Amino acid sequence: MTTDQASGLAPVAADEIAAALLGFLADRIKTEVAPDQDLFKSGLVSSMFAMQLVVYLEETYDIAIIGPELKLDNFRTVEAMTALVLRLRAAEDAA
Amino acid sequence: MVTNHTEHRLAIVGAGVMGTNITTLAVGFGVPVVLVDLNEEVLSRARKTITQKLRHAQLMGALPQDRPQGELVTSLSMTDVADATTVIEAVVEIPEAKAKVLAEASALVRPGTTLISNTSCISVDEMAAWVERGDELVGVHFMNPSYMIKMVEVIRGSGTSDATMESVNGLLAALGREALVIKDSTGFVINRLLHPLINTAAMLVQEGVASVEVVDGLLEGCLGHSTGPLRTGDLIGLDNLVDSLNVLYERRHDESCRPCELLLSKVREGDLGRKTGRGFYDYGKVAT
Repeated sequence: MTTDQASGLAPVAADEIAAALLGFLADRIKTEVAPDQDLFKSGLVSSMFAMQLVVYLEETYDIAIIGPELKLDNFRTVEAMTALVLRLRAAEDAA
Repeated sequence: MVTNHTEHRLAIVGAGVMGTNITTLAVGFGVPVVLVDLNEEVLSRARKTITQKLRHAQLMGALPQDRPQGELVTSLSMTDVADATTVIEAVVEIPEAKAKVLAEASALVRPGTTLISNTSCISVDEMAAWVERGDELVGVHFMNPSYMIKMVEVIRGSGTSDATMESVNGLLAALGREALVIKDSTGFVINRLLHPLINTAAMLVQEGVASVEVVDGLLEGCLGHSTGPLRTGDLIGLDNLVDSLNVLYERRHDESCRPCELLLSKVREGDLGRKTGRGFYDYGKVAT
């Protein structure tokens, strides 16, 4: 089954996810970030904010981030978060 | 010293910010918890909050990978603390409230059960007068978030026994915490330093000397604070902060601990910090 099929989640492209995330971050931390910028290393976001990112992605993309996927490395950059969303949605569709 | 997590059974009284924090820490480290509060709505919210905090702890790699989580039971009845090996009081910093809970818990548990107060400011010796066996009482000042900050401030009262100290050290080791022990003194080390700092930071904003962001920015950028004083106040909860400042002011008569008008007005308006979604900063929506 592919992401195009009607029985699964509506398809969403990587660049859409990344753009939405960049907008969310700009709104919440009042800073423009680059897609490959390490948000935690640069001190831009706190560990408390990391949880808000988890909830934002779950609510926006109808995914459950649990088990081994619930780790900070998946949220370090916009690129990593985009890949996570695509991976989990693909897994959901395949299920 | 009992450092094996399977030997501990905790009862935590008070399901607010700190009660849920300590519960998350204990459950995450495999220790079963009975969490008691008077209000079912508070307990219902606490169960959701603890679930989210456990996820946050996992996200941050703050929990051991090799232990199943401890069982969490919530209860409206103080009698459910009776079988605990340690009771932790985590209610509001209002002397009458702490006195009632500590006296009740102390009367219900077996002799030899460690009683911990997660006190912010009220001295351990003052609280020892409220319990049946004052030698079993010790202060442990867990930080927020308790599962993220390894260090805790342990307050040994003048009557706290060696056996109680050994017991609390065992529990803290089982919970992966590191302890620094101090003697008893109203406000202890951390809050005698921190609370007047936050109050003064708020006063600077009130006087128009600097904005919230600038005060925090200076403490972070110049003094290396990881979280500025006003953001820390939001994390503590501004209502709890005012209660603690009142305790400090009434007992120490230190003017820098008289809660300033800006703090009082935020509390009156219900802007209590992270837990209500707004304090000195706007958090968008209620943070869990």
